[in-house]
Amino acid sequence: MPKDEFKTPDLRVYGENPALEPDSMGHSSPYKALPEHQESLGFPGELVDGWHDKAIDKMGDLLSKNRALKVYLDSCVKCGACTDKCHYYLGTGDPKNMPVARQDLLRQVYRRHFTLPGKLFPGLVGAKDLSEEVLEDWYTYFHQCSQCRRCSVFCPYGIDTAEISMAAREIMDHIGIGQKYCNEIIAKVHQIGNNLGLPEAALIDTLEGLEEDVEEETGVAVRFPVNEEGADVLLVTPSADFFAEPHVDGLIGYAKVFHQAGISWTVSSYASEAANFALFTGSYEHMHKISSRIRKAAQELGVKRIIFGECGHAWRVAYSFLNTLAGPWDFLDPAYPTPQHICEVTLDLIERGAINLDPSANDDKVLTFHDSCNVARASRMGDTPGGQFHIPRAVIKAAVNKFVDMAPDTIHEKTFCCGGGGGLLTDDLTELRVKGALPRMEALQDVVDTHGVTHMAAICAICKSQFTKVMPYYGFSMDMVVSIHQLVSEAILLGTKE
Amino acid sequence: MSLVTAVYTLGFYFATLVLVVGLAYRIWSYTKTPAPLKVPIAPAPVTRSGVVLRMGREVILFESLFKSNKWIWLFAALFHAALALVVLRHLRYFIEPVWFWVNLIQPFGIYAGFAMIAGLLGLWVRRFVVDRVRYITSPSDHLMLALLAVIGISGLTMKYVARTDIIAVKAFFLGLLRFDWQPLPGDPVLLVHLGAVLVLMIVFPYSKLLHAPGVFFSPSRNQVDNARERRHLAEWAAPLDAGRDT
Repeated sequence: MPKDEFKTPDLRVYGENPALEPDSMGHSSPYKALPEHQESLGFPGELVDGWHDKAIDKMGDLLSKNRALKVYLDSCVKCGACTDKCHYYLGTGDPKNMPVARQDLLRQVYRRHFTLPGKLFPGLVGAKDLSEEVLEDWYTYFHQCSQCRRCSVFCPYGIDTAEISMAAREIMDHIGIGQKYCNEIIAKVHQIGNNLGLPEAALIDTLEGLEEDVEEETGVAVRFPVNEEGADVLLVTPSADFFAEPHVDGLIGYAKVFHQAGISWTVSSYASEAANFALFTGSYEHMHKISSRIRKAAQELGVKRIIFGECGHAWRVAYSFLNTLAGPWDFLDPAYPTPQHICEVTLDLIERGAINLDPSANDDKVLTFHDSCNVARASRMGDTPGGQFHIPRAVIKAAVNKFVDMAPDTIHEKTFCCGGGGGLLTDDLTELRVKGALPRMEALQDVVDTHGVTHMAAICAICKSQFTKVMPYYGFSMDMVVSIHQLVSEAILLGTKE
Repeated sequence: MSLVTAVYTLGFYFATLVLVVGLAYRIWSYTKTPAPLKVPIAPAPVTRSGVVLRMGREVILFESLFKSNKWIWLFAALFHAALALVVLRHLRYFIEPVWFWVNLIQPFGIYAGFAMIAGLLGLWVRRFVVDRVRYITSPSDHLMLALLAVIGISGLTMKYVARTDIIAVKAFFLGLLRFDWQPLPGDPVLLVHLGAVLVLMIVFPYSKLLHAPGVFFSPSRNQVDNARERRHLAEWAAPLDAGRDT
């Protein structure tokens, strides 16, 4: 059991609401970015002179560029539907973690500066000036939102707190207050090509090591190609897949699937990152720049298809935004959607009999599946709505015999965030991450108790890292978390076809 | 023309102007602001007609609210459905001859008056007794409920307690429409009722009542899920493409 200065919450019966504990998470804010990281992204190094006016100007700029922000700031009626839907509220009881209260931190300033009643009667309509105190609240509480969009599912107007926290972070970046974790990572991607700062030589070395391991274990020479021109498929996967556990077991799974199906593939060292952290900071420009690396890699390597590995926010940017940011994809094979998710590819191969799985290889496990928030609520797989729920489950069920779902209010589009999404997967936010995982842990405990679940599959690099870290706080083993393609990797019958 | 008539005549023209121009401006500004990215909440419809159905379920059935909280849904649905009936019932003061179906709904409109107030009170009670909702409530949230309650209660008072000369009221409104101004009865309850309606019309485009047009412009609900098939590009974002290497 890890030792920390906070108390891990007790598991409750799922569905109970905590009592309000005002400001109980007021102390939780992440490290700020150093001037050099801010400046490398084109943001001021530290809080600028005249920050107040510049923040209001930036808000006006965003309001003119993003309909969602404008409509969401105007439309809230404070009905309360979202108040008990955020995992951070459920885990901390801090009322500013209720989605509407979090939005109001920005909305109060919007009302003061951009609406008539807010200018005339601020006290009446809850309008406030952007004081230093309010700015501090912004930094604290907009870094307690994982942009998982669960509140938006339940809002009668679809108000999405993710849009509002992204805007707030973007405004703060522009006046010189950035978050260290995200901005360092974005700078690394621009410079090297992945979040970990893993250069080409190290990447090649790592993947060669995996080739040796897999051959040793299975006797089959499964390749892990890097920068291979003329390959059919460019695999874009989160860099955590290259060596974090259990991520890497998923990568081995993808490689085995490609090998067995006879699909030639490669990763690119230039675009060796699926996760696009600029999403978290709300920067369209940086998202665009990071995505453009994938376009360039695809063109230079001459691939026909782009396939994404298991990663949640990455799949949001890939599925929903990549065509916008880095398209059009007219130079790729029009027979395939661009991009494709690895689960779409694997399920299709299974259904066509192009690969064979023996689920009894995983008979030591009883599986459940954590729908990753951004896959579930911000993307799709396959041709029909909801494919993002059914396709991963179909792959799991092909690879294991024993599968049960968690409570209906905690899966599919109602899934909880793991507690580490949206740029919060950093050690300076450990308390928040542990507490934010509470609703998922409660739902997991339920199926462990009632169905003897032994493992939880996840489909996102952040979920996997987050759960490995926080599950021990709740008495679960970190090995309970598995990649979907780790299950495929165990079950796939190599060498059954030529 | 009495002072009361003059004030309410001018008041209704002014309030109508504010309501129409204010709403038109909002709708125009929502329309012209681009949505730079595809952000529908999944699972989302893959066709335009699917979006129309989704929006219909949201606007008519309050589908998401139902998923969220049955009490809020009950009170909100009760209030809005009743309000719709009450408004339709009031059409009879603005048209001559009165359409067949407007006559038909008159009795239901009365029940709806009570239902509307019940819904409002339910929503209002939540603002006091549910600690989470109490936390997020501003004075203006109470005032809005009070305003609507005043409208409802004064309306029912005229039906059951202190009746007014509705023939004259109708003449007043037809006069407004025809620019042939007629006197308004000076009954206090009527003046309160109409005064509250004037205030409601004026604050509509400046308040949270903007949820009414806003719901139709919510990108998380009104976008088609077709990001891989069709490239969605905002005008302001397009020039960025020129800066990429290839």
